[in-house]
Amino acid sequence: MIVFLIKRLANAVLVMLAVALLAFLIFRFAGDPVELMANEQMSQADRIELREKLGLNDSFLTQFGRFVGNAAQGDFGISYRNGQDVMKLIAERFPATMELALVATVLSLLIGIPLGVITAIHRGRWYSEGLQFISIIGVSLPSFVVGILLILVFAVTLGLVPAFGRGDVVQLGWWSTGLLTPSGRASLLLPSLALALYQITLVMRLVRAEMMEVLRSDFVKFARARGVPRWRIYFRHALRNCLMPVVTMTAMNFGSLIAFALITETVFQWPGMGMLFIQAVTFLDMPVMAGYLCIVSFIFVTLNTLVDIAYAVIDPRLRDATR
Amino acid sequence: MATYEKTKGNDMKLRKHLLAGLAFAFLASSASAETLRWGSPRDIFSLDPYSYGSTSNLAFLNHVYEGLTRYTPEFKVEPALATSWEMVKDKVWRFHLRKGVKFQNGADFTADDVVASMARVSHPTSPLRGNIPAYVSTTKVDDYTVDIEVNSPNPLFLNDMTNIFMFDKDWLVDNKSELPTDVGAKVEGFATYNTNGTGPFKVESRVPDSKTVLIKNDGWWDTPKHNLDRIEFMPITSAATRVAALLSGEIDLTDGAPVQDLERLKSSPDIKVVERTDLRTVHMVFNRHETFADGRENFFNNIKVRQAIDHAIDRQLIFKRVMRGKSHVAGTMVAPEIPGYSAELDVPTAYDPELSKKLLEEAGAVGKEFTLVCMNDESVNEEDVCSALVSMLSRVGLKPTLDIGPRAVQAPKRAGGKSDAYMIGWANEPTLDAYSILVQVLSTREGAAGVANYGGWSYPALDAMVKKAALEMDHDKRLAIETEALKFAKDEVIMIPLHQQPMAWAMSNNVTDVTIRADNKPRHWLTRIGD
Repeated sequence: MIVFLIKRLANAVLVMLAVALLAFLIFRFAGDPVELMANEQMSQADRIELREKLGLNDSFLTQFGRFVGNAAQGDFGISYRNGQDVMKLIAERFPATMELALVATVLSLLIGIPLGVITAIHRGRWYSEGLQFISIIGVSLPSFVVGILLILVFAVTLGLVPAFGRGDVVQLGWWSTGLLTPSGRASLLLPSLALALYQITLVMRLVRAEMMEVLRSDFVKFARARGVPRWRIYFRHALRNCLMPVVTMTAMNFGSLIAFALITETVFQWPGMGMLFIQAVTFLDMPVMAGYLCIVSFIFVTLNTLVDIAYAVIDPRLRDATR
Repeated sequence: MATYEKTKGNDMKLRKHLLAGLAFAFLASSASAETLRWGSPRDIFSLDPYSYGSTSNLAFLNHVYEGLTRYTPEFKVEPALATSWEMVKDKVWRFHLRKGVKFQNGADFTADDVVASMARVSHPTSPLRGNIPAYVSTTKVDDYTVDIEVNSPNPLFLNDMTNIFMFDKDWLVDNKSELPTDVGAKVEGFATYNTNGTGPFKVESRVPDSKTVLIKNDGWWDTPKHNLDRIEFMPITSAATRVAALLSGEIDLTDGAPVQDLERLKSSPDIKVVERTDLRTVHMVFNRHETFADGRENFFNNIKVRQAIDHAIDRQLIFKRVMRGKSHVAGTMVAPEIPGYSAELDVPTAYDPELSKKLLEEAGAVGKEFTLVCMNDESVNEEDVCSALVSMLSRVGLKPTLDIGPRAVQAPKRAGGKSDAYMIGWANEPTLDAYSILVQVLSTREGAAGVANYGGWSYPALDAMVKKAALEMDHDKRLAIETEALKFAKDEVIMIPLHQQPMAWAMSNNVTDVTIRADNKPRHWLTRIGD
């Protein structure tokens, strides 16, 4: 078990180093930050001096070593764009993205599961076929189009919810939440729906497929024969047997929700990490880009490692296989 | 019939929603009649005016901080924190400071503050150092008088000083911010998050990328023309969302209405749109080194080739098709608002492809290949402008290829002199005088001159005129020299001016008075709403 743990951790460290190298490489070839920082009147000598000061003239290995060394201590430097501490910038944005992704996940389960059950038990009816058809649109529409459509309908035409921003937030320690104020909750609605749409379709289709499988099984037939009420069979007995893969998929897709949030955040001016990253890219703000990539991949790697370890704890066969 | 009833019912419901929404909007606006909700295409970078030489950042912070001088909306220099000034020696300006001005923390504004501010802004690590190229040093004469030494007696120093904002010395010292924030040193600055200016508004709160709230500074020394108690500044980067927010009444004004949505905005009865062209003149420019970066002979050094290109460009077509009739076709290198402009010069070169072909033949440049470096995120519709240029030049017998990409990638190619031909936009900020483009773009590269002369040309005759203009103290005589120099540049076809690009603001009818000038800067100390 200890050997397994060490192997797994070493793996995680390797992945992180690889991400750091990739991030570093991309930024090195993305362009010259000095040209963007310099204003029109800055002389060439000043530019060279600034480049020297930022350490952009050092050798590749020196720069990379310095980057990894600092990053390991959580120090990504300060932003080229606004002179703020990168870790602090990301920590400020983290709750916004997290809340968005969490609410989107909850929405996808709350909407996706009942829809999946309905389309499974009433398959062939016009409305379940209709839902199936709409779900294809849900998967294929790009999320910025969905976002704009939602804004046009619910914010501009109906005027029910705000078109952009996060509303008023309440500060709980370092965590800022919009869930505790009415305007915060109203603001959360559209972006989380836009973000959840893809996930809703996935959940719905997964539940439907699983449900149709389960409904054919013997215990359902037996329950029917015993005269157990239908809703009880569907929602109590059958659904339970469908949920395992849904939970696994939801957990695994949480990461991609954070990644998709990038576009949703831009459309809705949601002050999250994705927005920060997009702005950093247009400005070639390397410390912020590097910090964002490293922290997001750190979240991924940590989650994956934890899941792997949990699996190994539950299932001894996995442990043996890796030995 | 039944369906009709149903739609009618829905209609009623919709109407009810709309009414509720309107009632809500009405209540909201009457409860906060003097709040301006301002949606901008981008957030400010920092609350520290010396943190980054960005025109838009400085324009925002001008609501909080002020300089010794300021521009009137007509771009004339007028007294701000200094009441008057004169040249006491050949290269020394004496500024008499306004008495009774208080910083927002209650401290008095005195000569010590000017000395500390000038030291901070001219420090080697200050990104704004380049904005005052003439500056040498500051000495205190008495509490309300300072002497500023410069390296040439050019009155344009007063223009440059409009953008150098004054800090409170004790506030800087107490918060260990006497030096500008240095990105290389990896230490955050206090002034990045906190403000203490003398201006018409003070910062109440700021959440980056969400909202920055300014409230009225009751202790402002000047008589306010605005009637705002509060400004809520909200960046909305997505253009479509910005338009939606204006239509749904969540913002009152945006200083970045997207050109493609103007018709939609105009068709809404509650919204008015103000369009005009801005100060930035977009040019096509040539590499003028002996050879191109790859060693080929540089045919652009032949004036006939440059003239041929000038005649090959159908500016009217670009105006109509690419800029949707909203730009100003340029015949000279500065916008009409810039001193030094001359209407006589502003006659666009005639479109004459036949003449162009003839000139190319004479120069032996038919079929010559070159690359045009463009950016897709710098000037308005630059991608389409460049595509149009490439096809127009191909038609007369040249073989241009288009190299387009984001500014982050293209700017180093341009600045490094590696591109054969490139685009440049020049707004003459912050000096607002043709001297800016003459000294920084058109002059020979040498010290502070020609910093944006990426093509590497050198015209001693032009340099002489620019130097003469710098020393000329008489306003009209100086402008005459500048106009003459611009004519020289046009005759030599150093750069090919194309147009001044359009800008547009949109606002709800609630905003009754707003000052919009060609520099595209917000001046909300002149904005009135609700009356």
